[in-house]
Order: sequence, then structure tokens, then C-alpha cells
Amino acid sequence: MYTASDLKKGLKIMINNEPYLVTYFEFTKPGKGQALYRTKLKNMLTGLTIDRTFREGDSFEPASLEEREMQYLYKEGDHYYFMDNETYEQIVIEEETVGEARYYLIENLNVKVLMFREKPIGVDLPNFVNLKVIKTEAWVKGDTAKSDYKPATVETGYELRVPPFIEEGEVITVDTRTGEYVTRVKG
Amino acid sequence: MKNWALARKKGVLWQRAKIIQSIRGFFTSRGYLEVETPHRIPAPVPESHIDPFSSEGWFLHPSPELCMKRMLSAGYEKIFQICHCWRKGERGSHHTPEFTLLEWYRVGGDYFDLMVECEELIQTLVGELGLGDSLQYRGHQILLESPWERITVEEAFIRYARISAKEAIQKDRFDEVMVREIEPRLGIERPTFLYDYPSERRSLARLKKEEPSVAERFELYLGGLEMANGFSELTDPEEQRRVFQSEILIRQSLGKPVYPIPEKFLDELKEMPPSAGIALGVDRLVMVLLNEKRIDEVVAFTPEDL
Repeated sequence: MYTASDLKKGLKIMINNEPYLVTYFEFTKPGKGQALYRTKLKNMLTGLTIDRTFREGDSFEPASLEEREMQYLYKEGDHYYFMDNETYEQIVIEEETVGEARYYLIENLNVKVLMFREKPIGVDLPNFVNLKVIKTEAWVKGDTAKSDYKPATVETGYELRVPPFIEEGEVITVDTRTGEYVTRVKG
Repeated sequence: MKNWALARKKGVLWQRAKIIQSIRGFFTSRGYLEVETPHRIPAPVPESHIDPFSSEGWFLHPSPELCMKRMLSAGYEKIFQICHCWRKGERGSHHTPEFTLLEWYRVGGDYFDLMVECEELIQTLVGELGLGDSLQYRGHQILLESPWERITVEEAFIRYARISAKEAIQKDRFDEVMVREIEPRLGIERPTFLYDYPSERRSLARLKKEEPSVAERFELYLGGLEMANGFSELTDPEEQRRVFQSEILIRQSLGKPVYPIPEKFLDELKEMPPSAGIALGVDRLVMVLLNEKRIDEVVAFTPEDL
């Protein structure tokens, strides 16, 4: 059982016997009023998104999903191929179902594929994934005016902000829960 | 650089320090005394939706108001304080459970006088930062020329949500309508003072003599963000005790812990002259002045960084 204060982006909950993914979350509290938790929830079966505001003390069930350990293999168009680590069975998941997890899928990455009534409906990633930077501006050492983040593209095509000292070809750790840069991986 | 996320905030933290120095300069030049009151107190204000952290049987103050009002009762006429405060469970892009509050109090005057002082304070800060006469925040240009917009809570509910504030309270939808329909529309072109709150939301404010269904309380909004909360102070100890008791009952009905009533404050309240007081969130003010979207960007450390 979850309560409203457990809500965060990425949490999966059950509403009317259907699994929903929290895709947006904001804590709000109007002056002297009660805490309200604003969310956008994506129905993991239909893909439709709804707005929902929870109140302090509201409670709800976690989504009961079967998790299967799989390895990401490759993609072809909008189809992502995974292999079950126990049965070696291969499955295909559509890009729409993979969702934002596609930003972090590099070959051989171990993930958890979420199953509901025998159907894959989502992909759970490790919290941290190492990705190679394939494009970013060069760093001019000593340029203190540029002491803020700069844009970079990693091998999956995902774009994020990195510190100025990160160079092309370096490997960085990204937090898959926030999508943000964590640290540089020393080669 | 191990902690790049902290290192890169240097520019913002220099600006933040400058803003805080300007705040001090503003109040000192107007004859306000800067005070320091204890952060750890035996009895916080009983409020239905503010939860303090406990500390060895006492509490980390969620606001310095009780001690500051006791100073008014003891003859201090113009005081201000910039201090850390704590509120449990409040974390989001505009909240951290430990945050910095500016409070100021003056004997004489009422909530309308505080609104004018808010305008003057923020105009002074913007001038000293060299930002001209407007602010850029989240894609809005907020013009700061006086007078700022003043709209009652009732007018705002009718204009933006087509429901009266009283009806929203009866249906237990007041906060939800406020967050979803009203707040995002306040302080967009000019800063907005939202004032005259329903008496159910009076807190420590006095009721309006000619219209006792509302309290002399206001909130200041800039770019949809709540900045400050001010009142004409309630100075009747018996009435204040009843407000505290009803807040305690609400806490009990919500299954929340209840705290002792601040008796020394109530005892001295009868000596408090008519006054007005206000609390302004310093972190949020810095956010708006520097056009930062998240509170994390304007503090050196968030709880998650520790």
C-alpha cells in the first residue's frame, strides 16, 4: 500500500484494476492549505495519460506486475528485441511501450520487462547506466564564464546536460530516474 | 571536480548573498531591528497543515512568528528576522523541508501597509541587482511598477474558477481549485496580492470589522509562485485560543499529532498593540529574481545532497 507522500516519477500504481505509470509529479501546497500531489498518470495498457491530484492521506495499491529479467539485444525500426535470461526466449516490444527507457538501452543491458496478463507493458531499468558521449562542444579550459552545463548527445541519441569538462568519446553515468548526469566514468 | 553540481552554483550563491544583504539594508535603513529568536521551541503554532520536526520533545520552528510577536508585546515596534525554518514532508520544485524565511513585523498599520512595503522591498532589490523595472520569470515579463494587482480571494475564485470561495470550502475543494485554477494565473503580468481570505483560513489574522466572514490576510504571487503571507495580527488572546483549538481538532480528525498550546504567547498577546506581520520565502524570492525554475538551484545543498 502506498500513500500520497510515496508518489514520484516512475512509480507504478493500480487504479480500477489497471496499471498506471506516474510520468509527471509535482508537490504543491497553497498557503496554509493542505499538501496536494499533482500527477500525470499513463495507463500502461492503453497508453492514455490522465491528470490526477492526490491528497495527503490518500492511499492506493502498487501495480502488481510480473517482472522478468531480460537482456536488451537490438532494435529494428520501432521494434525493440529482448531475450529472457532464463528461457532464452526472444520478445519484441514496441517503441511506444518502451517509452523513455529507450534513452538508456544499450546492447546487452540487463533490464526487467514488466508483464501484465502475459503481455509486456513496460521496461524497468537499473538506476544508473553508463553511456558514451558522441557529441558535445569542446571545452575551453579556463573559460570561467562557461561554468554551467552544456548540451551533449549520448550513444542512444538521448540529449542531456553535462559539465563543461566532459569531452566527446568519454563515458558518463546517467541516473535513469531523473535523466540527469551523475558522474564521469574514468577510462 | 567531484561535486560539479555544487561548484557550478557559485554564481547563483554570490547573487543570493547579495540579495540577502540588500534585504538587511532595506529594513535597517527603515529603522527595523534585526532580531534572532530560538529555532528550537517547546510549542509551535497549531496549524492543521503544517507539520514540525520534533527535537528531544521540543520542535524545530516552522516559523519564528511566536517569539517575534512576543517581542511586539514587550515593546519592540519594528523587527525583522532572516532564519531557517523546517516543515516536515514538504519537498518539490518549490519546497524543501528546511528553508529560509524573512519575517517582519510592525506596530501600527495593517495588511494594506505591508503590501506597499512588499512593493518597495522587491523594487529596491531588483534595482540593486541592476535588473531595471521588470523581471523575467519562466517566460513571463513581470512589470514591477506600483501599484501591483490587488484581488480578493472571492474575486479570484469567481474570475478564474467560476465558483465562490465559500462554496469551494463547503465542498472541500478550496485548496485544489487554488492550486489548479487560480495560482497559475496570479502575478503573471504584474505581481498580485491575493487578499481577504475566508475566515476558515484566517490562521493568526484578525477578521475584517465590516465583513467578519473574511480575515485581513494576503498572499503575494510572482509568476504564479506564492512568495509571502501577511496579516493584520489578531491581538485578542481568547479568540486566538479558539482558533488554535479548532486547528487542533482538525489535526486530530486527520490523525495527525497534536502539540501543546503556546501558553506564554497567548498570555502576552493581550499586551500586543495593533500590528501587522509577514513571512516571505527567501529561496523563492531568489528563484524569481534570478529566473531559476527549481529551488534546488538557489540553495547550496538539498536534503538529497547530504
